[in-house]
Amino acid sequence: MQISARRIDKITIFDVSGDIDLANSPELRKALLKEIKESRTPRVVMNLVKVRYIDSSGVASLVEGLKASRDAGTRFILFGLSPAAREVLQLSRLLKIFEVYDNEEQALAP
Amino acid sequence: MSRDVLLKLELRSDPSMLCVVRGAMERLTEAFGFSAAECRSVTRAVDEALTNIMRHAYRGQLDRPIEMFCGRVANQTGGERGDGFEVLLSDEGPAVDPAKLRGRALDEIKPGGLGLHFIRQSMDVVEFKRANGKNHLRLIKYLPPAKQS
Repeated sequence: MQISARRIDKITIFDVSGDIDLANSPELRKALLKEIKESRTPRVVMNLVKVRYIDSSGVASLVEGLKASRDAGTRFILFGLSPAAREVLQLSRLLKIFEVYDNEEQALAP
Repeated sequence: MSRDVLLKLELRSDPSMLCVVRGAMERLTEAFGFSAAECRSVTRAVDEALTNIMRHAYRGQLDRPIEMFCGRVANQTGGERGDGFEVLLSDEGPAVDPAKLRGRALDEIKPGGLGLHFIRQSMDVVEFKRANGKNHLRLIKYLPPAKQS
């Protein structure tokens, strides 16, 4: 997995690529929680277009990000879910609790 | 029940090996005759089972042994389903409390506890036993009858 961050106005976009699994989900979790809890960014957007696979530890990191953003009163958005990533969120019945969009334009809309 | 060996692996409990196993499982399940969705499903189950071994049986130690066996089991129950893709995983971690193998309810929004749920949703057979000082997990996914090769 590779992760990098972009900033557009008051929005931080994390561009993630590769597979998210036990080997790297702690890195994802750390980056998310730092942005949400410490930087208190009003909107954090996860670009998952290039993520092919997410395991349960990756899902757990996303859930932690969501909970932290709710606590902080900010928005946490996912876009570009692959079939495998969408399947995993559906299987865990978590898809409906996330704010999910098809593309970046929708995710960045006011 | 007859059994044909398709793949045997010995690996260490290093999470960096998970992507290697997933790559092998994707190809193997495709060759076995599963649909794309079924391939993803079986691959996910094996990945989650290995993740559980690394996290819970070996508690993050990177150099402990895991044995993996994949095979074809002939279905002998009639025409309701095809042959089965069987995965056996064994580790030398402490004995697992069967009560902790249920997974958590999904009506609560919290991180963690999803791996077992994914395994049970993906596979037709999920069996655990302790024997000879090892934990043994047996998973089987059956082909639909029409897809049997």
